[in-house]
Amino acid sequence: MKHFIIAVAYVILAPFIGGILFGIDRKITARMQRRVGPPLLQPFYDVLKLLMKDVQVVNRLQIPAILCHLVFTIITGFLFFEGSDILLTMFVLTLSAVFLIIGAYSSSSPFSFLGAERELVLMTAYEPMVLLTLIGIYKVVGSFSLYGIISTGIPLIIYLPGIFIGFVYIFTMKLRKSPFDISASHHAHQEIVRGLTSDFSGLTLAMIEMAHWYETVFLLGLIYVFFAFNPLAGVLIVIASYFLEILVDNTFARFKWDKILNEAWLVALILGGGNIVALYVITRG
Amino acid sequence: MSFLTKSPWLLHYDGSSCNGCDIEVLACLTPLYDIERFGIINTGNPKHADIFLLTGSVNFQNMDIIRNLYSQIPDPKVVVAVGICACSGGIFAECYNVLGGADKVIPVDVYVQGCAARPEAIIDGVVKALGILDRRYKDLKKIKVAS
Ligand code: SF4
Repeated sequence: MKHFIIAVAYVILAPFIGGILFGIDRKITARMQRRVGPPLLQPFYDVLKLLMKDVQVVNRLQIPAILCHLVFTIITGFLFFEGSDILLTMFVLTLSAVFLIIGAYSSSSPFSFLGAERELVLMTAYEPMVLLTLIGIYKVVGSFSLYGIISTGIPLIIYLPGIFIGFVYIFTMKLRKSPFDISASHHAHQEIVRGLTSDFSGLTLAMIEMAHWYETVFLLGLIYVFFAFNPLAGVLIVIASYFLEILVDNTFARFKWDKILNEAWLVALILGGGNIVALYVITRG
Repeated sequence: MSFLTKSPWLLHYDGSSCNGCDIEVLACLTPLYDIERFGIINTGNPKHADIFLLTGSVNFQNMDIIRNLYSQIPDPKVVVAVGICACSGGIFAECYNVLGGADKVIPVDVYVQGCAARPEAIIDGVVKALGILDRRYKDLKKIKVAS
């Protein structure tokens, strides 16, 4: 019952936390560029404004696809905080990402099409690391449930340092931040306009934005798991890794897709795979 | 104050301008003027935009493009003509290929004077457009309720 309440709290509170996080993000980004930056609540203003705009859809698939994207993202976090199998959670998250891509593919705009294609490249880039993370966690604690992992009190970070770094690495891709913002960028112009989101406006764009808030909070929760043995350290690490993402976003230029793919797989192989092999060797010996 | 006025996103289109006004529009984004303070984002996508910012005069080649972009912006929307060229055709008005200002093809709400228009004037113009945007939203709602 307690876990169910936490999961419901996630569904209600995550958009507020996510929105504020994005507001802080924009503020810090502006300060890093010596600007004043928008108000803290700007992400909320943006979404509320988008809801006030006329609904413009280019075809019948757009709204259902994006609705599914939002709903499955919410279900992802709900399952995670409810203590379900993390493996299942990750599959649902992948499904939600697939719906976003379907929504983008459904339009005839070449920008949106190209954005969808690049999002697929990103997915192939980060999925191996996601799987290795889950395998690593299971190898150490022998459980796939959030509360099962926390209750063991095992400091995951000591067993899985490589996997943790690898996971923070792909976190940047999930946030669609520079240098991995090839499919859709938050900032000014890019060569494919707004990429993935080019053909979405008003209601659908607001839903995409909200799904992004939910997703970010869920992923931060997953980062917390590595430090769950000490709640204070966990929260501090979550804040630190989010700040790191902002810093990286502001200091890196965008990579090309082939470089992203190569690097992400290399990171997954060396940090993720290496960590699991090392774990195997040490625990056997 | 509605949320429309707190998060207006711009679409900037360069007609046949000399690029003077365009540079001033981009200057608004720099740390010195930082229009993101007002939640304004310069988006390159008409479907995300609320304010259509036009620089330069309209000619026979870009008039269809301007109409197309305007029709892709979801309601409510406003148009700001920046610089004398976009207001009336400016020094290009007499050219054989120039139609004149932006209001020859789409309804313009705010005219920003100057050659080139100063960033301060552009920001003023945009802020003035926000009031119109708000009013337009209320009018649209009334029409929807009535129908
Ligand atoms: S108004 Fe002046 S500066 Fe602006 S586009 Fe025309 S000629 Fe250039």
